[in-house]
Formats: sequence, C-alpha cells, structure tokens
Amino acid sequence: MDFITILQQLSSGMIKTVGIFFWTLALSLPFGLVIAFGRMSKNKLVSSIFKFYISVMRGTPLMLQLLVVYFGPYYLFGIKLSQGYRFIAIIIGFVLNYAAYYAEIYRSGIESMPVGQYEAATQLGYSKSQTFFKIILPQVIKRILPAITNEVITLVKDTSLAFSLAYMEMFTIAKQIAAAQTTMIPFVVAAVFYYIFNLIVAFTMERIEKKMSYYR
Amino acid sequence: MNILEINHMRKSFDGLEVLKDISLSVKEGEVVSIIGPSGSGKSTILRCATMLEKMDGGDLIYMGEGAAFDHNGKSVYASKKDLQRIRHYYGLVFQNFNLFPHYSVYKNIVDAPISVYKVSKKEADERAEKLLSQLGLSDKRDAYPYQLSGGQQQRVSIARALALQPKILFFDEPTSALDPMLTAEVLKVIKDLAKQKMTMIIVTHEMEFARELSDRIIFMEDGVIQEQGTPEEVFASQNPRVREFIGKFKS
Repeated sequence: MDFITILQQLSSGMIKTVGIFFWTLALSLPFGLVIAFGRMSKNKLVSSIFKFYISVMRGTPLMLQLLVVYFGPYYLFGIKLSQGYRFIAIIIGFVLNYAAYYAEIYRSGIESMPVGQYEAATQLGYSKSQTFFKIILPQVIKRILPAITNEVITLVKDTSLAFSLAYMEMFTIAKQIAAAQTTMIPFVVAAVFYYIFNLIVAFTMERIEKKMSYYR
Repeated sequence: MNILEINHMRKSFDGLEVLKDISLSVKEGEVVSIIGPSGSGKSTILRCATMLEKMDGGDLIYMGEGAAFDHNGKSVYASKKDLQRIRHYYGLVFQNFNLFPHYSVYKNIVDAPISVYKVSKKEADERAEKLLSQLGLSDKRDAYPYQLSGGQQQRVSIARALALQPKILFFDEPTSALDPMLTAEVLKVIKDLAKQKMTMIIVTHEMEFARELSDRIIFMEDGVIQEQGTPEEVFASQNPRVREFIGKFKS
C-alpha cells in the first residue's frame, strides 16, 4: 500500500475525528456551565449531587466511560441500539466527561469575580440574568480562556479514544492499516495530523485571547 | 418631603451588633456627611440603605414609599417589583469604583439606562454626553476603565450613577482609594453636585471636606449616632468621643 492510498484511507477518518471534536466542544461548553451552576447551587443537596458527578467524571478513565455509555443500555436494560448509536454514544461520553472539566473551570472563573461587580450591577438595577450574561460571563470567559485552551488541546488528542468503540475515526483506521501492512507510516501521518490540528487550535485560541485583550 | 427616612435600623453580623437603632432622615437638596472611626458602622448604614445588605429591623423609606417596614422588630421588605422601582430613587458610588472593565466609559454610563430602564438610545446618549462634559471626561468617552486614573474612574462611576437620575446619591468613602491629587479632583465634582442641590449622603474621612460641604454631619461610633448637627455644631461639640476623633484629624 503506497503513501497516497494510506493518506486517502486516513482522510475519511480525519473528517470523523473533526466531527467528534466539534460536536463535543459545541455541547460540552454550554453543558459545563449548567453543571457549574449546579455545583455552585446554594441548595446543599443539589450542589453535592453535582460535586459527586464531577468527581466521578474526573476520577474514572474516559475510555471506561465511553464503554459504559455504549454498552450500558444493552447490558443493563437489554435495549438494542442501532449502528448509528456508536457515534451518539461517543458524543454523549465525551460531552459528559468534558462538561465536568469545563464546569470546574467556569466555577473557578465565576468565583474569582470581585463581589463589587455584582453589587454595582444590582445597584444599577440589572436583573440576575442580565448581571450574569452582560457583566459577569464576558469577564469570566476572558479569565478562563487559557484554561479552556488546555482542555481543548487535550480534547483533540482524546478523540483517538473513540477507537475503543471501533468507531472509524482517524486513529482507529491508522491502527488497522499499521497492523495489516506492518508499517509505521499511518502513525506518522496520525501524529502530523494531530499536531497540525492542535497548532490550528492554539492559533485560534490565541486570536480569541487577543480579541479580548482590549480591556484589563 | 423626606427623600430618605430610616427608622430604628438594626443590623448584626454573626451576632455582633453593628448598627443599633439608627434613625435618620434626609430632605431634598440636603448634603449629609457621616464620619466616625473604622468599624463604627458608617459603611453598613449605606449598605443597608442601598439594600446591598438586608437590615434586621427597622423601616427604610424612599420618597414616602416603603422598601422595608418593621414588623414586630423584624424588617419586612416590599415585593421584588416594588424594590426595583425604589432602587431607581438612589445611586451609589463605591470606594473602589466597581466600573465594568469590559465596557468603555460611554457604555458604562448608557448601558443601565438603556437595558434596565428602557430609556431611548437618544435620551441615554444625551444624558451621557452632558455628564461627560460636566465631569470633564469628554476626551475619555471611548477609553476603557483600565486606561484611566483612579480619579477619572471615580468620576466615571459618579457619571454612571447620575445617568439614572437618582433622587439621592450615596458615596461610600469615595476618595479612600485615591492619592491626595486625585482626591481633590473627585471632591471638586462632589462639591459641584452640592451646588446643583443634589441630595447626597457621604461617608468620608475627609474632615475638612465634610465641614465645608455638608448641611449636616453625623458622627457614628459603636453602631450608634453619637452626635449630629451642622458642621459648626459638631466641630464645636463637647462630646469627648467626638472631640477626640476630630482632634486626631486636626493635628
């Protein structure tokens, strides 16, 4: 198998890898905010439930979580799911896991906001949701951006864990070709792919950070 | 009519009584300064009057409308909707400004009128431009707070409060975070407001300023009003606590 063929076979996987990445990001960022609110709830019961959730999600391997989401419905409840569930299971697994990390990042950002910002907003008549979305959240995003960048870069690499569900993303294909053809080339291509992907991520995040540096 | 009326205000933090039976009323156009040692409760009066803290007992009345009434020794607050309306009667200038750093000077001033009180863009703009020129900030219109000196930031925060056209303006140690030069520029702004008959309550450590500007000075200590009266009366007070406190500043 020549280099071009390998590249062609891997490229269909690359699209799927990018798919996992964007779906996970698009869903886990807002979901993480919801979890952060639960975690910061004044209700002790609610906050401890969310605290427990975060600790499980951060304390167990993502690969194991993916297996549970994929096989759980059948093993636990005897529900048979179609082939299409494979992708959905991957997204659910990734979102549940990443949202937990993002929640803690949000929380650190929200709790670092000076109380004076809330007091000024209340004083000027802003409602609670106006205060949060207009005054607090934009400043929180600026503060937590470096931490978010870290997680996003990890996510690019973590997409390869989808191989554990035999989902045909890039890494799964690379492994198959490498084993069948006894060649290192697919791994080299994979490495280059992840590296470039992350260069783009880092570049984009830097642009966003710069955009937000109009104030301090 | 009294713009503000406080009757028998009480407030404790973790069992420590910070305000004990404070009563105070302010008429339109009156400038009242509250002085006293640190921990005397003077900032707490402001925080309770502006509802940043809930008082434990007592009445809080603005323009004859009750924000809270004492019921069997406990303050009962009005509905959220009523409180929102009452909040519009007063403005507060903080010690450390609390400007919104991600908004320009202009947006800091117009945003609350437009997005909270549904003032038209045109009207909010007119108010802002007028305040900016009045407070000598016209050239800082598009600057962000971090680009301003402390004195300029404090003037912006005064403009932000005035843009909502409050009936009464509270100042919580407005110059404590500023050096003497910047203090002077902020005090000048407050003096100008006094000339325009703005009703104000000022918690301050600037004795000379309080003396010069106030219609009435209130001396607080240990959570009670020890002495109040015209500047002449308070500065000539025979009360040893007052004399000791003012004496320290004179020397």
